[in-house]
Amino acid sequence: MDSKSFININAELSFSVLVAWGILRAYGKFLNLPVRAPRWSVAANKVWVLGISVAVFGLLFNIKSDHLNGVFWLLTMAGTVALLLRIRDYRPARTILLAIAPFALHYLFEFLAKALGNGLLDEYDDAFDTAQGFAFIWLATFLLIARSQKKNLEAERLLREEEEQNKRRIEAQNMELERLVSERTVALTQQTEELRYTLTELKTTQAQLIQAEKMASLGELTAGIAHEIQNPLNFVNNFSEVSAELVQELEEECQKAERDPELENELLADLKLNLQKITHHGQRASSIVRGMLEHSRASTGERSPADLNALCDEYLRLAYHGLRAKDKTFNATLETHFDPNLGQVEVISQDVGRVLLNLLTNAFYAVQQRQKRQETGYYPTVTVSTRRTSEGSEIRVRDNGLGIPESVKQKIFQPFFTTKPTGEGTGLGLSLSYDIITQGHNGTLTVDSEEGRGTEFVIVLPE
Amino acid sequence: MKILVVDDETDVRTLFEQRFRREIRSGQFEFSFAYSGEEALNYLHGHPSEVVLILSDINMPGMSGLELLRRVKQEYDAPPPPAPMVMMITAYGDTDSYNQAMQLGANDFLTKPVDFGALKEKLLSLEKL
Repeated sequence: MDSKSFININAELSFSVLVAWGILRAYGKFLNLPVRAPRWSVAANKVWVLGISVAVFGLLFNIKSDHLNGVFWLLTMAGTVALLLRIRDYRPARTILLAIAPFALHYLFEFLAKALGNGLLDEYDDAFDTAQGFAFIWLATFLLIARSQKKNLEAERLLREEEEQNKRRIEAQNMELERLVSERTVALTQQTEELRYTLTELKTTQAQLIQAEKMASLGELTAGIAHEIQNPLNFVNNFSEVSAELVQELEEECQKAERDPELENELLADLKLNLQKITHHGQRASSIVRGMLEHSRASTGERSPADLNALCDEYLRLAYHGLRAKDKTFNATLETHFDPNLGQVEVISQDVGRVLLNLLTNAFYAVQQRQKRQETGYYPTVTVSTRRTSEGSEIRVRDNGLGIPESVKQKIFQPFFTTKPTGEGTGLGLSLSYDIITQGHNGTLTVDSEEGRGTEFVIVLPE
Repeated sequence: MKILVVDDETDVRTLFEQRFRREIRSGQFEFSFAYSGEEALNYLHGHPSEVVLILSDINMPGMSGLELLRRVKQEYDAPPPPAPMVMMITAYGDTDSYNQAMQLGANDFLTKPVDFGALKEKLLSLEKL
């Protein structure tokens, strides 16, 4: 082998190595080899080592230069195919594999034909040329396809990344939201706790208010009660004293020589009567004290049979004397129309007593206010009547006082509403009465009033 | 001496009749009873110039004792016959009622519980006039 041919070999081979290196470098980049297959990438960059090896091999065994070139390309293509097979999961890699397959096969066949030198090449020259053309077009087409595939994949990847980013952002937002929600939950729980506490406090206050209202009305009654007790006590004292006198007279009569049996009998009859009177008035006083205690005691909320007529009568007197104790000159006619057939009615008698007390106190207040106007011929009158109706037991409390103006009538059952001067009324009387009758007894409490004529409250307690 | 007792408590009758039983028996005092102001006025109209003294409660349903006092003083404004004396009896010994009663011409003002011993002496001294 001469030096000229050696140079020729090297020149041709060098050129091929350079081209191969360029192609491999370009497609290495295209396929992102350094990341996808780092070691193969390094090998591809060192394609010149293969070139030198082939050259040295050719020199040692004195092989024809174009054959060496062919060997180099075949090896390079084999390596490329192996590489592409290795990264076949990547779609553009598969496409490139598909692209170069016919080209490589064609090259292999041509090389083998040339190497064997059996004239096959000459015989099928046209076929080989056509195949080569076809292989080139195929190669170019599929490389283009690979490029567009890569572009699509890239676009998809970008889209995915964007989605991923969105997802992360949403996740971050979700976490923030969750944090806010938990913060809010804590705040709300705290608020609920506070509200519950406030509610408990309010309930306690309400109970205290009800008790205070009761005590206030009791305070109003104290003087009336004192008077109501004083009267029967006076009778008890007086009848006791007079009975002592009667006994003395009887003793004197017994010691006389001439006794008067008629007088003795009369004295004895009087004594018996007096003892009955003492018992009667003593009981009257105790019943008032009992009523007072019952009124101040917290309600048991239990219904028991009660004589509504007696209850009405008792509270009518208490209310009347209560007002009279404050206004000594006040005087009113008390009328009662009690239905004797009313019988015993199942009620919470303390509560109904409070309602009656409220209604009656109001009634007396109304007639007292009207009396102050000094109309001629005006007699303050408060009437209490009971009746058994088809709906149940009915109690009417009527007064001929000032009456309630229409504008006020709407509000009288509202808590804390009062027309009395500050400090004189709690404004809870009618509101509590309404609750006692409607909620406590499933009954009704209605009002009928005419300004300047009077007012009538009607309680209906169903059976 | 005829005395009209006005009180809405009916047991007052029994009490007076027993307390003054000796005086009643001896005919020294004669008691009549009315249970309201209206009834008292009716009685006075039905028995003109009989009653010498009226003992009246102040606080009664309907016509009050003070109203009765005013009416009595009004009706017997010009003698004859001479106006009956009026003594007020009340459970409320307050100055308001007292002043009002005195202003209307009450002859005396007693508070409950009535001291019957003192009342008896007052009545006896009145009788001597």
